[in-house]
Amino acid sequence: MAASSALSSPTFASSPTRHHHHHSLSPLSSIELPNSSKQPFKPLISHPPPPCHQPQPQRATATPTTSTTSTTSFHGLCYVVGDNIDTDQIIPAEYLTLVPSRPDEYKKLGSYALIGLPSSYQTRFMDPGESTSKYSILIAGDNFGCGSSREHAPVALGAAGVAAVVAESYARIFFRNSVATGEVYPLESEVRVCEECKTGDVVTIELGESRLINHTTGKEYVMKPIGDAGPVIEAGGIFAYARKTGMIPSQSS
Amino acid sequence: MASSAIASNSTSFINQKDVGLSAFSSQPSFLIQNSRRRISKKIVSVMAPQQSERKPSTTGSVKNAMTMTEKIFARASEKPQLSPGENVWVNVDILMTHDVCGPGSIGIFKREFGQNAKVWDREKIVIIPDHYIFTTDERANRNVDILRDFCNEQNIKYFYDIKDLGNFKANPDYKGVCHVALAQEGHCRPGEVLLGTDSHTCTAGAFGQFATGIGNTDAGFVLGAGKLLLKVPPTLRFVMDGEMPNYLLAKDLILQIIGEISVSGATYKSMEFVGSTVESLTMEERMTLCNMVVEAGGKNGIVPADSTTHKYLADKTSLPYEPVYSDDRARFLSEYRFDVSKLEPLVAKPHSPDNRALARECKDVKIDRVYIGSCTGGKTEDFLAAAEVFLASGKKVKVPTFLVPATQKVWMDVYSLPVPGSGGKTCSQIFEEAGCDTPASPSCGACLGGPKDTYARMNEAQASFDVYIVFFLLVCVSTTNRNFPGRMGHKEGQIYLASPYTAAASALTGFVTDPREFLQ
Repeated sequence: MAASSALSSPTFASSPTRHHHHHSLSPLSSIELPNSSKQPFKPLISHPPPPCHQPQPQRATATPTTSTTSTTSFHGLCYVVGDNIDTDQIIPAEYLTLVPSRPDEYKKLGSYALIGLPSSYQTRFMDPGESTSKYSILIAGDNFGCGSSREHAPVALGAAGVAAVVAESYARIFFRNSVATGEVYPLESEVRVCEECKTGDVVTIELGESRLINHTTGKEYVMKPIGDAGPVIEAGGIFAYARKTGMIPSQSS
Repeated sequence: MASSAIASNSTSFINQKDVGLSAFSSQPSFLIQNSRRRISKKIVSVMAPQQSERKPSTTGSVKNAMTMTEKIFARASEKPQLSPGENVWVNVDILMTHDVCGPGSIGIFKREFGQNAKVWDREKIVIIPDHYIFTTDERANRNVDILRDFCNEQNIKYFYDIKDLGNFKANPDYKGVCHVALAQEGHCRPGEVLLGTDSHTCTAGAFGQFATGIGNTDAGFVLGAGKLLLKVPPTLRFVMDGEMPNYLLAKDLILQIIGEISVSGATYKSMEFVGSTVESLTMEERMTLCNMVVEAGGKNGIVPADSTTHKYLADKTSLPYEPVYSDDRARFLSEYRFDVSKLEPLVAKPHSPDNRALARECKDVKIDRVYIGSCTGGKTEDFLAAAEVFLASGKKVKVPTFLVPATQKVWMDVYSLPVPGSGGKTCSQIFEEAGCDTPASPSCGACLGGPKDTYARMNEAQASFDVYIVFFLLVCVSTTNRNFPGRMGHKEGQIYLASPYTAAASALTGFVTDPREFLQ
């Protein structure tokens, strides 16, 4: 799921139909950094951003509103995966009998997130018996979420506690589903962060500044701005956003 | 690699590209992937300025030129003119959902529009249970019940219900695989917009319509509103000319293309298929072509409607339709040309649909099973093709060969249609003589694994004997559409995607086999 939070006091945005857990959010000051944190972080951008790469994020609204995500940030441990992670790896087909709109089954989906990753991933995303993961930020390569249109994929990640994915690029249906459900922020990096970060690194995402900070390595990365998709995810998906902005009337029944 | 893709020199294409395939065969595939990726990113960045004003032409007609997909969007959004990149509200002609995503979509519809809300149009929603049907999994069975309750409550006109799981034939309404059923029941029509809660909804593009997959939330929205906000995609054009060799099928063509542009080569784009070869394809072959567009990341695939389309639809739909065609001066992101007569049977090796290889170069790959089924390779003509190979060989299969007809209609065809050159034998008879498994109840089957008791699911290695050595293999040649890790069940399973010809040939030898071993 995606919840807006300040670094020092995690807050949970709750809705009647979703259960949010952010076990991994904690104040920056309590994190033990392996290297001395006396040195200031050196902003490191490995190459200049490629020219005008248009990812064409889906925009759910025609009227731009002032960004309300300027103070949103996520902080926690990251889990790193490679290229072309398809939906069968994110949530294998045998779990698709679970209906995401049912709260108890939503939670169960979370417990199976990324269970389909091959055994070459020795550190697993979740340990057996867990229903949420200690990793709240996913770092990926190209074409994340390719394969099926199953909305169970971003839902499982969100239910497992993932706040945001930072990938080099996304498959379109996965990106669209992430925005429509508001479950995770599908952020795009300018460089191959999946080769620069390791599972277990402590990272912070400053959403308003489109910045990814890896505290473990001391490196920072620029991400592509989430644009109009940001307020939609923050509101909790396209329906919530449409009601919040008056595009559709609030539910009365 | 014997493929040849020649960049067009026509000035109507903004991006002239020599793909440089002469160097193709000598490079390891990893490098090719990277260079292809860099090439495709370069194309996108070159195309970014496309949104800016084009200089008006002297004739004045150029500025209205649109591709097929752009025209469909324009009509569906009631706008006279559209360009790629524009976000528009599109009226939906057909919304399809099935047992896996239907319940979730219905849940969202009720939550957002109200427990007593009514769908936007009871005749434009087609609900097709097909994924997890013949299983004892209680949740899977419950999901079909959820669909039934909703259809009763909303008086949905098209619900292809199943109640008796023990005997599919006892269910007169039940069809099977949604994408094949949509076509067979006449729900696919040129010029229309079809959305479905399944990635392979793009299959329907074979009918010259815009068809793409969406998630539960978008579907919940469409259920209530009958429209969706979509972005107009730019179009990649694939021109295929030349006479189709008798050992090639549409599956080989699309594997060729995906191998060419990679699994993300068509992300957010439309893939338009034209040329004399495409015109010679049957509707089912065109469906196979469009089916795997999503495996290249494509938003939709599309084939212009012609007499083949009209003939197919004549006895299936009485609703009027109006086909659209790309203008001569429509702008395409890039164009790829193929001389089909030079292509050879292909496979996609584990674990990616773009891991292309010649079938004949994989002849040492020992397999332990063959699967013929799914929306991609389980249609009537797919089974006729497989039967052709078994007939030509006259021998028995060396590995378990699973046959899963996509729909009830396909199943009946397999048991009734005579196979050309067989002296009146049906596919089923030829399959039986070849030692294949009995054709199973129609559904998606093991294409995506499914509940553990799904027929033909890759659950454990098959023991295979060779002289004094026992092999434990999990290697399947399959006519399905994806081969990512764990796709058909077991995580270690290795899936070689192939045409029905190649699958049948491989079954006969127990190794990945080029069908020319059996076909002239």
